[in-house]
Amino acid sequence: MSIAPERERIARRIARIFSNGDVVNLGIGMPTMVGNYLPEGVSIILHSENGFTGLGPTPAPGSEDPDLTNAGAQPVTILPGGAFFDSLVSFSIIRGGHLDYTVLGALEVDQEGNLANYMIPGKFVPGMGGAMDLTVGARKVVIATEHCNKNGDPKVLKRCSLPLTATREVDIIVTELAYMEVTPEGLVLKEIFEGSTVEAVTRATGAELIIPDEVGRFS
Amino acid sequence: MKALIGPKKFLDLVPSSSSLMVGGFLAVGTPEKLVGLILDSDKRDFTVICNDSSFPDKGVGRLIAARKVRKIYTSHIGTNPETGRQFLSGEIEVELNPQGTLAERIRAFGAGLGGVLTPTGIGTELEKNRRVIEVDGRKFLLETPLRADVALLKAHMADRSGNLVFRRSARNFNPLMALAADVVIVEAELIVETGSIDPDQVMTPGILVDYIFSEEE
Repeated sequence: MSIAPERERIARRIARIFSNGDVVNLGIGMPTMVGNYLPEGVSIILHSENGFTGLGPTPAPGSEDPDLTNAGAQPVTILPGGAFFDSLVSFSIIRGGHLDYTVLGALEVDQEGNLANYMIPGKFVPGMGGAMDLTVGARKVVIATEHCNKNGDPKVLKRCSLPLTATREVDIIVTELAYMEVTPEGLVLKEIFEGSTVEAVTRATGAELIIPDEVGRFS
Repeated sequence: MKALIGPKKFLDLVPSSSSLMVGGFLAVGTPEKLVGLILDSDKRDFTVICNDSSFPDKGVGRLIAARKVRKIYTSHIGTNPETGRQFLSGEIEVELNPQGTLAERIRAFGAGLGGVLTPTGIGTELEKNRRVIEVDGRKFLLETPLRADVALLKAHMADRSGNLVFRRSARNFNPLMALAADVVIVEAELIVETGSIDPDQVMTPGILVDYIFSEEE
């Protein structure tokens, strides 16, 4: 399967956020890809909300175990040191502050750290699954999203208009154009894609961005 | 010793219009044989409590596709287009709960609690129909207990005393649901003699289980 370079770029940048030993839950879709791009020497423990830690790679064809899947029902493996548990323990880990990071997608995200990613009223109502608990419970919430939606409208906004998944919980937003941090002062543009400019990123963003003197670059 | 029950007795225990808790996460850990028996019966109008509505051809998703479910309490319906279609056309009632909240509501009933306080959902639309309670300056939603008439569980192994062992990620909601239904029925891959499972390895104690399904009965 070929991966759009923009999505790969987002996954690659997010993978550099973690430190050795962090316990991380990766959402379904683009967030799942993050695990493929961890820098050399960094080892994290992946939590899967359907009930285990030590989530490992896709098994070789023919060796799938029907009792072992990720939260998207894809066959996976468990690494040495991993553990299985029930949904109560799984969400106690999530809500109880035992998860260092969650990486989730977004329909909309805003400069106050509000997130909307579970429904478009009347149109798209999949349900929140574990997203509300993950957003509220993880110590740091990282959003992996395209900078704009299919219509070209910004997804990073002053204020979300869709029903919220959680309020003021998002810490870091990574798009194919920018790495942003939600701070008490507002949304700070920490880095931009090396092929873009601060002006272009600002134009494509619906939020008010705080531009520091030094804006880093990522590739 | 727990009673072993076959298909006929099983169907007597799940009347139309009853509420069913069904273990499983996207059908991993769902008792597919029990679901299949209900599917092939004339039973209908169930209230289902399950993590998700699975896929149209798997788990509780099959009951929804066959229009046997009147209401579902769940956290996610996105993998079963039929649930979404019936929901938007008003044919099925869907109550969406955050996954951790759904688990805690089941546990609350099973543990004899009047509810649980969770920070999940504060500042969202969930606040509209729940009480907000402040504890030490922090806001929580009061989530009420959930029970069912019958729990349908899937275990890897059951001994004849009802002690259960689950396997891999097929455990999920099964142990919680064993606590929260009037009648608890288990479909197990292996049924072994009492004493064959080391008590240290038991994940759900047998006293919570009422019946073990066996096709041979």
